[in-house]
Order: sequence, then C-alpha cells, then structure tokens
Amino acid sequence: MAYSEKVLDHYENPRNVGVLDKNDDSVGTGMVGAPACGDVMRLQIKVNDDGVIEEARFKTYGCGSAIASSSLLTEMVKGKTLDEAGTIKNSDIAEELALPPVKVHCSVLAEDAVKAAIDDYKSKHK
Amino acid sequence: MKLPIYFDYAATTPVDPRVATKMMECLTTTGNFGNPASRSHEFGWHAEKAVEVARKQVAELINADPKEIVWTSGATESDNLAIKGVAHFYKKKGRHIITCKTEHKAVLDSCRQLEREGYEVTYLTPEANGLIDLKKLEAEIRDDTVLISIMHVNNETGVIQDISAIGEMARAKKIVFHVDAAQSAGKVAIDLASMKVDLMSFSAHKIYGPKGCGALYVRRKPRVRLEAQMHGGGHERGMRSGTLAVHQIVGMGEAFRIAREEMVEENQRIQQLRNRLEQSLMQLEEVYINGDLEHRVAGILNISFNFIEGESLLMALKDLAVSSGSACTSASLEPSYVLRALGRSDELAHSSIRFALGRFTTAEEVEHAIHLIPDKIEKLRELSPLWEMYQDGVDLSKVQWAAH
Repeated sequence: MAYSEKVLDHYENPRNVGVLDKNDDSVGTGMVGAPACGDVMRLQIKVNDDGVIEEARFKTYGCGSAIASSSLLTEMVKGKTLDEAGTIKNSDIAEELALPPVKVHCSVLAEDAVKAAIDDYKSKHK
Repeated sequence: MKLPIYFDYAATTPVDPRVATKMMECLTTTGNFGNPASRSHEFGWHAEKAVEVARKQVAELINADPKEIVWTSGATESDNLAIKGVAHFYKKKGRHIITCKTEHKAVLDSCRQLEREGYEVTYLTPEANGLIDLKKLEAEIRDDTVLISIMHVNNETGVIQDISAIGEMARAKKIVFHVDAAQSAGKVAIDLASMKVDLMSFSAHKIYGPKGCGALYVRRKPRVRLEAQMHGGGHERGMRSGTLAVHQIVGMGEAFRIAREEMVEENQRIQQLRNRLEQSLMQLEEVYINGDLEHRVAGILNISFNFIEGESLLMALKDLAVSSGSACTSASLEPSYVLRALGRSDELAHSSIRFALGRFTTAEEVEHAIHLIPDKIEKLRELSPLWEMYQDGVDLSKVQWAAH
C-alpha cells in the first residue's frame, strides 16, 4: 500500500499516544471498532471548565491509516469546544491524510471515536 | 546486506542464475528459438529436443515418466485443467468433488465454477493444526465422488498433508486424486512411482524458475482422462494446445534439475535459519505459530503477534519483505481464509505474518530480522488499546465490541 507522506509521518511519529483517567469527570472516552474487524480505536478527551478540549490521547489497534487517522484526530480536537469537535467529518481526515479509497473506513472510525468520546463526557455531566 | 530483505519466497522466487543462462540460450537468432511443433527443419527439431530434456528433468524430480508431464502456463492453469478436465470427462460417472477449505484459490475457484455448472463440492475443514483428518475425509466419500483435490503443502502455513495416505484411500475407491504441489516440489520428496496420485500441479517460479510456466502430471497407469480446457493445435497430446514456450520450459527443467540435486542440503540449511528465527520470535509474549510444527516445510514460518494488526506491522518492518494474513493487505478486506479455516480467531488472523525463507536467504539477513522485530512489536503494542487491556487482565472475548 502506497501511503501519503502525512500518513507515514503520523504512523512513524504518532502524536498524543497514551491514556487519561477514564474515571475523571473531565475526561470523555470513546472506544470504537472491534478486534475481529482489524481495528479498535480509543480516543480520550479532557475538557476544561469552559467546555474546551485541552488534551487528547489515543491508542489504536489497526492498520497504518487507522493509526494515522487517530493521531491526526487528537491534533484536530485540541483547542476545540465540544460542539466544534462534534462537527469533525471523516472526509476532513481522509482529505488531510490523502487516504486511498479502501482506507476511508479508517477515517469513518475516527469520526465515530470523537462522537463517542463527546457522548461519554456529556453522559457524565447530565 | 541489501535492504529490504526478501522473506517472501512462498510468493515467488528469483530465477536462479543457472536457470536464466539456459533460458537466454533459447531466444535470439543465434539461440534455440524454433517452434518445437515445426517438424520440417532443424530449428524445430532442436527446440523439441530442448523441451524433451526439460520434460525429463521435471519427471526425474518426482520419479515419473516424462510422457506424464503436460506443460502449462503455471500451477493455476494446471489446477484448472486437472479439476475441470476430470470433472467434465467423468461427469457421467458422478458429479461430486471433495477438496479442503485451505486450498489455493485456483482450486477453490475452479470448484466454485463447477458448482455453477451443477456439480456438488464438499469443502473439508482441516484440524486446528492445518492437517486433514483422514477419517473425516473418508466419511465424505460418496458413490458419485469422482475427484479429490488436496494440496501437498499449504502456501500460507507450510503444512504438509499426508498425500500418500489420501492417495491410498482414493485409489481403493477408484476416485481420481489431484494434488496441487506448487509449494512442495523441491521442498518435500515426491515419488509418484509409489504415491497414488493421479494428477499433480507444478509451478516453475516457486522453485527458482521463471514465472508463466508450469506443468501438470497426468498418470498413465492407471490412465487418467481429461477434457482439454484449451483448444488449438493439439499440442501436449491434445490436453493443452498452444505453442510451447521453449525458454520458459527449458528454465523450468533446469530449475527442477537443480532442485533434485540440491534439495536435501538446501532444506537443511533453510530449516536451521527458520528455526533460529522462530525460536527467537517465540521469546516474545503472546505470539502464536500457525500450522502444525512438525508437518511443515523448512522455509515457512507463519506467526501471529497478538494485539498488533498485521498491516501496521508490515509498515514497521518495511526493511523486511514479508506478507500478512491481515484483511488490510488483501483486496477483499477479509482476513486470511486459511487461518480462519484453522479455527484461528479473526484477531490472530489479522495479526499474522508469513516469513518465507529460501535459497538466497543468509544467516546475516535472519539475524537482522531478529534484531529488528522485537522493538517494532513493543512500539506497536504501546499504541494498542488491546495490549493495554490484556495487560490489565481484561478478557477481550467478553468485551462488547461495536462491530462495524
């Protein structure tokens, strides 16, 4: 698979790998995908009192483009409000990384991950 | 040492320089370029002679009569000719075929085509080690079974089936037995004087010959009949028409000659290298070898690194040319059907890597791989949420995943 420079860069030097405390009220966790499908993505966001995402962490089991999509996603959500982050589309990620058509589902997974993380955070603050 | 290192000898092999030399003698005006079917002049006679030498060289590796060798374009064509040819010829006798789920697509897709034509096919599930339980095979034999097709060595796992035993069973019931030997010729001893195999497919490019050339062994005693799939000038006793590709055939003959003379020694050397690689990788946590440890060819190591997806590992191992059973490396986006037929979980199938060592693999190359892999595994596991969960004692099989 011939990947773009951007995918290779995120794959070689993934940004914001790690874990946040999922029991912390300011943290939202989204885990999407399944091992049987070959990709599992976990995105965590830490939201400050102003409703702005100040930190993001990921871990991903999956192919190079799944890893790159989630790494890019952590950069994209940082500094965004929850509402802004909720508008991130898979096409934004696919375009930025120039994903080949068979890898577009990786960007869909990333969009699902950010939505799941936001939902998790909101469920803690009902 | 040149990078990347080629560890994909089960996909194809480079042509042995000795083979290339022989092939180049069959191309230009000063060479043996004639059409072996030309009976009216020397050019044709010389070409025919070269083809017959090659036919003998192929036959000698497998202890067969040269008259039993039919040239084809490769093992895929040989499989098609054997399976469709037998099924069509014996269709009045019966329309049931037995094969195995782990066969090469050339066999499986030929069988699928016959199903569309109204034949019935039984696809055996192998045991977890990749071997076929002979009792289960016997239980599937029916009065209208006309053909059993089982490969000798599996291309993904390297597992060697007991084709001698299957041959005995098939012969006793007067069922034609076809074996795809693309991965076994030159790696495992084949003696068709004693093995009751009726048809056997060969490829040149898996054993240091050229691509685009193969052969089908068709037994003469007892005689096996085929319906031709390619019609034309009646070459190859009517079983496969088409002008013979002399340079390819000469190359295949030479490759088989070399294999016959060198395979015992070569396999010992390759096995030592494979074992070194295997023992080293088995030191890592959560790795699994796919396929039987004992009934396996020397050069293949199929291994799953749990909690890492195969394609991402291929990217990390870009200095090593290997292949993976991961869905992401296949056009179909399905993980390896061979590993799934062995009952391996989808996760382990996605996580599998095949190392295939061969004639030109060196100890230095193997040591480089051994040096490289553990770091890459660690790095990818650091990225893997599954590895983290495993370390935390989470039972992944009990997690409710949002499948997509």
